[in-house]
Amino acid sequence: MQKQNELIDQQIGGEYKYGWSSDIEMDTAPMGLSEEIVRFISKKKKEPDWMLEFRLKAYRHWLKMEEPKHWAHLDYPVIDFQKIIFYAAPKPKKELKSLDEVDPELLKTFEKLGISLEEQKRLSGVESRIAVDAVIDSVSVKTTFKETLAEKGIIFCSFSDAVQEHPDLIKRYMGSVVPGTDNYFAALNSAVFSDGSFCYIPKGVRCPMELSTYFRINAIGTGQFERTLIVADEGAYVSYLEGCTAPMRDENQLHAAIVEIVAHEKAEVKYSTVQNWYPGDVNGKGGIYNFVTKRGICLGDDSKISWTQVETGSAITWKYPSVILKGNNSVGEFYSVAVTNNMQQADTGTKMIHIGKNTRSTIVSKGISAGKSNNSYRGLVRINKGATRARNHSQCDSLLMGDRCGAHTFPYIEIKDKSAIVEHEATTSKIGEDQVFYCNQRGISTEKAIGLIVNGYCKEVLNQLPMEFAVEAQKLLAVSLEGSVG
Amino acid sequence: MLSIKNLKAGIDGKEILKGINLEIGAGEVHAIMGPNGSGKSTLSSVLAGRTDYEVTGGEVLFNGKNLLELNPEERAREGLFLAFQYPVEIPGVSTINFLKTAIAEIREYKGLPALEAKDFLKMVKEKQALVELKGSLASRAVNEGFSGGEKKRNEIFQMAMLEPTLAILDETDSGLDIDALRVVANGVNKLRSSTRSFVVITHYQRLLDYIVPDFVHVLFEGRIVKSGDKELAMELEKKGYGELTR
Repeated sequence: MQKQNELIDQQIGGEYKYGWSSDIEMDTAPMGLSEEIVRFISKKKKEPDWMLEFRLKAYRHWLKMEEPKHWAHLDYPVIDFQKIIFYAAPKPKKELKSLDEVDPELLKTFEKLGISLEEQKRLSGVESRIAVDAVIDSVSVKTTFKETLAEKGIIFCSFSDAVQEHPDLIKRYMGSVVPGTDNYFAALNSAVFSDGSFCYIPKGVRCPMELSTYFRINAIGTGQFERTLIVADEGAYVSYLEGCTAPMRDENQLHAAIVEIVAHEKAEVKYSTVQNWYPGDVNGKGGIYNFVTKRGICLGDDSKISWTQVETGSAITWKYPSVILKGNNSVGEFYSVAVTNNMQQADTGTKMIHIGKNTRSTIVSKGISAGKSNNSYRGLVRINKGATRARNHSQCDSLLMGDRCGAHTFPYIEIKDKSAIVEHEATTSKIGEDQVFYCNQRGISTEKAIGLIVNGYCKEVLNQLPMEFAVEAQKLLAVSLEGSVG
Repeated sequence: MLSIKNLKAGIDGKEILKGINLEIGAGEVHAIMGPNGSGKSTLSSVLAGRTDYEVTGGEVLFNGKNLLELNPEERAREGLFLAFQYPVEIPGVSTINFLKTAIAEIREYKGLPALEAKDFLKMVKEKQALVELKGSLASRAVNEGFSGGEKKRNEIFQMAMLEPTLAILDETDSGLDIDALRVVANGVNKLRSSTRSFVVITHYQRLLDYIVPDFVHVLFEGRIVKSGDKELAMELEKKGYGELTR
């Protein structure tokens, strides 16, 4: 065992590739949180009164709430909200008319991340096009392909722009899935969020390209609070991608986001995340605290919402992408790979709330723990009275590497309708030395062997990701776990 | 090709191999027989480099290199192949992908350019035919849900793909019915060449009807107690191990 642990230590050192920071001129709020700061943010963004009211209501509610520390299988110090900067934005030199006027440092930042904000470049490529909304330190920098999408009536823009340009849609849907008072971190976000993405797909339109938001935390000492709102009208379809990275810093940085999805009758929304926030170093110093509320509602009959996530980063992950299955025959899916290494902690899973008749949900969760990390699956399946013939199938697998990590499963099942069929399967396994030796004997190095075995283990989930994203996720898994034999 | 001198090895402090001496020349087929617990599988594990076993003495030269100093993947890349008695399942990883990775690593080690996709696929087709392996099996996950016979055939298929200079078959006949045995043996026979040697480990003479060895060795209590040609195997079959090891 001693030898195994050494091997793990040797090989676990997959380095975080995105640990640099950029020197960009910033416009920041004073440190700390108060009603003045909430007003400051709203004013900075030249928001209408109703938006300020929404923020203040959430803030006042938040003051009365307690940090949810008792139930999650997570251990971290109390967060000092007076030591966080709640608003940081790259300083615009002037009103931006074209990409040429964007701070070249900013463009370089995104180029370094492999994200092109130049549409022309992408057009000439053979690969499928992706429209990107780039968000740095909570502020949307640039949304690509806006005009192309507008031809189909699709709205894809920063949340701030949407508040100004589409107030009716925002008023109607914002907070309709995750109320401003929903939970501690959702209330915090609702009070101080600075930007995010908004997407509306009109009736019967199939979005012709993948939409994507790329989040980057850059500034020191700041929290990132963005919100995403996706509305798919009747019969619409959209596939949405989200990517995240952050610089390596010794301190912990807070990320508390909200994602709301609304699917009307016969609409389908597919939301994929590759979360790679800085996880902290080997000793658990630094890293992002990721407290995120993601929820979708299948409002209309025959609608579908599908969450796919590959979680490799963050010091702490607290995240339960959920689906409320209100419409009859609606479908909710949750596919997840959560990797924890070193001192990382993850408490993640989903909630499937069945309200409509014949609603179906599928949960496939693959946890991988290495180092001294702790990885928990927490999931709720609730079948309400009247949700006749609702069905759920859950599969929760845990993979352990080494003998110093932990894997935990907390499934909650509440059934109020007798006609429901709910299945839950769970397995725990270790990467076998036998498997690694078998690969070695065929000439495959231990590092590559782990990559193969882990990717094989996650295949069901990775298959759900759009092509470009799947390749990225596979590489990320290999880097995060290089050679952690158990 | 392979020269084993006074090899001693054990597990958890218990000595199992107590001084093995064996010379294998290029293109030769050596059968190693012996009762349960005589050390047959330990010998194959030690040669392949399984770390559970501790080598306590002796030396092994493989094509002039000190085999015991190489790690398992280097031994494989040098041309040593072990057909496992119990092939391992790797869920979610297709045999094709598995072999592609293995061949890429071996070629890189040897300083050869990467194999083109179309050449690789052509090779897969050819070698599959050799062991009468259905095309669909190679696209399924490695050994997952395979029958005993399919697993063994898959081992020989992999051997054909990796083109080793020394192949060790560890009780490849165990758990095979007579038809499967014939298919596997045919595959092996087609792979025999003047530059490829085989070590065939088995309990039974039966396999040696199909894969005819040049030499037969009897392993007993960690030592080779008798060597001969294929007649020795016949003799063993008739008299059992008792007389020989007395």
